[in-house]
Amino acid sequence: MKELGGYRGRALGLITAAGASVGDKVRLRRDHEAIDGLLMPRTSGRDDTHLVLKLATGYNVGVAIGEGTRIEVVGAGAEPALSRPPRPASSESLPRVTIFSTGGTIASRVDYRTGAVESALTAEDLYSFVPELASEADITAKVLYSVFSENLTPQHWKHIAESVRDEIQSGVSGVVIAQGTDTLGYCAAALSFALQSSPAPVAFVAAQRSSDRPSSDAASNLIGAVSVAARAPFAGVVVAMHEWMSDETLLIHRGTKVRKCHTSRRDAFKSIGANPIARFHLAERKLEILESDLPTRGSTRLICKPDFDDRAALLKFHPAMNAGIIDWHVDNGYRGLILEGTGLGHVSTTCLPSIARAVEKGVFVGMTSQCLWGRVDMNVYSTGIDLQKIGVHPLEDMLPETALAKLMWVLGQTEDSAKVSEIMRANVAGEISPRRIEGVDNGNHE
Amino acid sequence: MATTSEYDSIGLKVGIEIHRQLDTERKLFCDCPTTMSETEPSVRFLRRLRPTQSELGQVDPAALFEFQKGRAIVYEADETTSCLVEMDEEPPKDLNPEAVEIALATSILTNSKPVEEIHVMRKIVIDGSNTTGFQRTCVVAVNGWITVDGKSIPIQQISLEEDAARKTGESGVTVSYRIDRLGIPLVEVSTGPVITSPEETERVAKAIGNILRDTGRVKRGLGTIRQDLNVSLRDGALIEIKGVQELDLLSKAISYEVSRQLELLRIRDELRSRGIKEAQLAGESADVSSLFARTKSKVVREALSSGGVALAVKLHGFHGLIGRELAPGLRLGTEMASRASFWGRVGGIFHTDELPAYGISEEEVLSVRRTLGCGESDAAVLVADSEDKASDALTAVVERARETLLGVPTETRMATADGTTRYMRPRPGASRMYPETDVPPVEVTQEVLARIKAKLPPPREAVMKELSTDYQLNKKLVDQLVESEYVCVFRRVCSESGVAPSYVATVLTENLKSLGRDGVPVDRLTPDHFESVFASIREGKVAKEAAPSLLSWLSKNTNSTVEDGIRELGLRMLSEDELRNTVDRVIGANHSLIEQRGEGAQGKIIGLVMSEVRGSADPATVANMVKARIAGRSRKK
Repeated sequence: MKELGGYRGRALGLITAAGASVGDKVRLRRDHEAIDGLLMPRTSGRDDTHLVLKLATGYNVGVAIGEGTRIEVVGAGAEPALSRPPRPASSESLPRVTIFSTGGTIASRVDYRTGAVESALTAEDLYSFVPELASEADITAKVLYSVFSENLTPQHWKHIAESVRDEIQSGVSGVVIAQGTDTLGYCAAALSFALQSSPAPVAFVAAQRSSDRPSSDAASNLIGAVSVAARAPFAGVVVAMHEWMSDETLLIHRGTKVRKCHTSRRDAFKSIGANPIARFHLAERKLEILESDLPTRGSTRLICKPDFDDRAALLKFHPAMNAGIIDWHVDNGYRGLILEGTGLGHVSTTCLPSIARAVEKGVFVGMTSQCLWGRVDMNVYSTGIDLQKIGVHPLEDMLPETALAKLMWVLGQTEDSAKVSEIMRANVAGEISPRRIEGVDNGNHE
Repeated sequence: MATTSEYDSIGLKVGIEIHRQLDTERKLFCDCPTTMSETEPSVRFLRRLRPTQSELGQVDPAALFEFQKGRAIVYEADETTSCLVEMDEEPPKDLNPEAVEIALATSILTNSKPVEEIHVMRKIVIDGSNTTGFQRTCVVAVNGWITVDGKSIPIQQISLEEDAARKTGESGVTVSYRIDRLGIPLVEVSTGPVITSPEETERVAKAIGNILRDTGRVKRGLGTIRQDLNVSLRDGALIEIKGVQELDLLSKAISYEVSRQLELLRIRDELRSRGIKEAQLAGESADVSSLFARTKSKVVREALSSGGVALAVKLHGFHGLIGRELAPGLRLGTEMASRASFWGRVGGIFHTDELPAYGISEEEVLSVRRTLGCGESDAAVLVADSEDKASDALTAVVERARETLLGVPTETRMATADGTTRYMRPRPGASRMYPETDVPPVEVTQEVLARIKAKLPPPREAVMKELSTDYQLNKKLVDQLVESEYVCVFRRVCSESGVAPSYVATVLTENLKSLGRDGVPVDRLTPDHFESVFASIREGKVAKEAAPSLLSWLSKNTNSTVEDGIRELGLRMLSEDELRNTVDRVIGANHSLIEQRGEGAQGKIIGLVMSEVRGSADPATVANMVKARIAGRSRKK
């Protein structure tokens, strides 16, 4: 099949007329000159008046095409011949770990011919790109999806949860889930509820620098996640990511208390309102336990409740908020709303009638805070008292995203609205911290 | 040195790549300034770069080796000169349009053909000098030419790239880099391999340097220019020489490289005539630690006492060749030692062509030779260090010995300050490049080119004419000023300060040159520094004679103001009263002279006063006052 690499309009016409394909060696002729190069893909959305050619020097340049421009294929594109380094000898006695990939490129290689990034999808690929894994675990790699994390939905969460359940029931020591970073926090929270009392660690992992570059954090994060899955003393859903800018330590965060807090830094993931569970030292490949309240590995039996109901929404209050948005959700069949209120858990009084109507129609309404750090308290100001009076549930120090994932999960478990409220206010998977003393020592709440 | 025809007969071909920093407001891909830091680093972070596979699934062997040895890189940064972009914690911003403009101006001045759309690429560089593990680089123009002494020199490519971080140290497996320089725009001009002598290389480099300087927007001074050479001999190899900093080292570097290659070819021939075959250089090393139990060699003793070993290897047929000089201070043994320190991280090697020495006795040498079974025509190499380092080092030595049988190995070498070169790393294969997808391509339209053409600086002849007619400079000053890098500064200072152009020109040429010779870092002076010094002369805050000492002070205190300098150096102008007191004191101390010679003593007295107040008083004012006071004295009598 011809690969046409994002070209359109006039450029596409030239390429199809010549029967060319991305990667082919072409000669472009115009106004008494000829330029040879490999035809490269074009970033979609750009103009149709340039072709991108890779010159013999390896550089790409854009060449303008006019009326008289013609191209011809002078040589077929050489297929990249990837020879994998041999799989390092791994010992049968190593713990078994399954790595699920859902998208993103936790391990990949660049096709320098076209610049395309190709994901490493098999255990063999992973071993050859990250040879350190061979001494950590006996790995099985499985591809669940290949999608950007913003395209993952609660339907995917269910499937991921069931896939993890199957692995844990087959006796693996732990499971690693590689995912894009953007919605990783939601997914980790969702699985924390769906996989109750897991006897094995389930470690989410991602990369803030893509794995095709030498400076990527993908390999080191993956080594940490696999090590946690293989031999951490605790069980449950966690996230393994860089602690800081250095490739020295990772932090292992609780799945219900973690949030992406920076668009680009390696240390984007922070535990909020909780301490990280552990620190992984990369050079020594050693786990340092920081919090001991996760269940001990192997001490429990897995209960998988993988159903989610996506008829729940997260609404962020802002000074110009139109209460009609609440009505819209109620009128469109939503069963629950999480409000991200100001401060201790407030929204403007203009929202009250719509919220009261929602509650009357049996919609669960829970309150979280856009402060992120700290607990909501709806007894301090009259707005809070009024909101409680009309049936809004304060959700303690639950992160807004975690509260949403939890609500979808709770709605997937029961039709009984009293039961929904009861579970929403209970601490199911460490999403509520009963007592916190954060920041009293140094004024820093991180 | 060989003559031109001798260079012809050995088929010398040289190409040169000139890299020069651009004097832009901001870096190539972020908003940081393009200045080097003068403060201590405020943040340090550690990274490990992972070799990536090429399209053939291959990994650069040198890079893989470094990684497997646990190479760690410590980056040092401070807030004024770097941001998250240089730390590889934030995606790059757009390609700096100012840098593109300068590169396009260079393209036009070198008759090169600009590309129609600039695409930024990532060129894999894994030594740590780039936090990303690649250098961002792009072709701006191709297929140009310049004429040097009547010969057309092809300009293959003009490119724009980000400068690398500065290496600040290395210890064990850790190497440190300061990232202030990372991201400063560099323009790279590369010629075709058509240069045929060392002298011609220097002329071509100078011509390209002049063109870059004529854009008026490149940085000056040490560290802002780097020249790489590609040197090949018909029977030798293509050698890449990195980092020649001084223009006048270019011809030296080339003639030494020619001599090195020719000598290596002679050694090859000699080994062949001795009948040495590659298979005889199998490289089985032997542990000879026990032979050095009572050695006087400090290196060996220290290695053994800290748990290391002494390993030795026989080099069949190499007797007398390892000590052979290839270029001044560079022997075949030096080449082997460089390989040993690159692959084995050892401090050095011992070889039998230079032993006994360094505390190793004749008896010890003999016992090593006996243990290895060395015949008279064989040599032995000895390394003392931890077992794995010593073993890696000897493997590299044997590899280098094998290559000697084949002639000149292709490699990347680094220039040293004396013009000789040292092994740096194996020559990388074709550059591994892939698109920098975080930076959108930049279209180069005819309108953009026309705008740049209209802004191009006038040609050199026009500048010379302007200086002699508009500013009335004499020919000597015109020549010196055009050769200097201060024409723009000169124009600016003259238009704003109102100080005599010939004096400004003298300061900017002769005075700066002599300050530079005295080791004053005048390269650090900015146009603002010059302007403020000349402005204070015009305002009468200092005498014009003070300009050199003020500039000298400012170049060492670049963040201070000219007022600070005037105060620190005690350069302020004397008030009329103060000057009168000095004049009266000098006259008083020399009254007998004045008694004797009357007005004839004026010259002597003026000289004595000036020697006290030079730089703090105007000579004409001093002369007038001395005359008036002496005249006043005689009238009083």
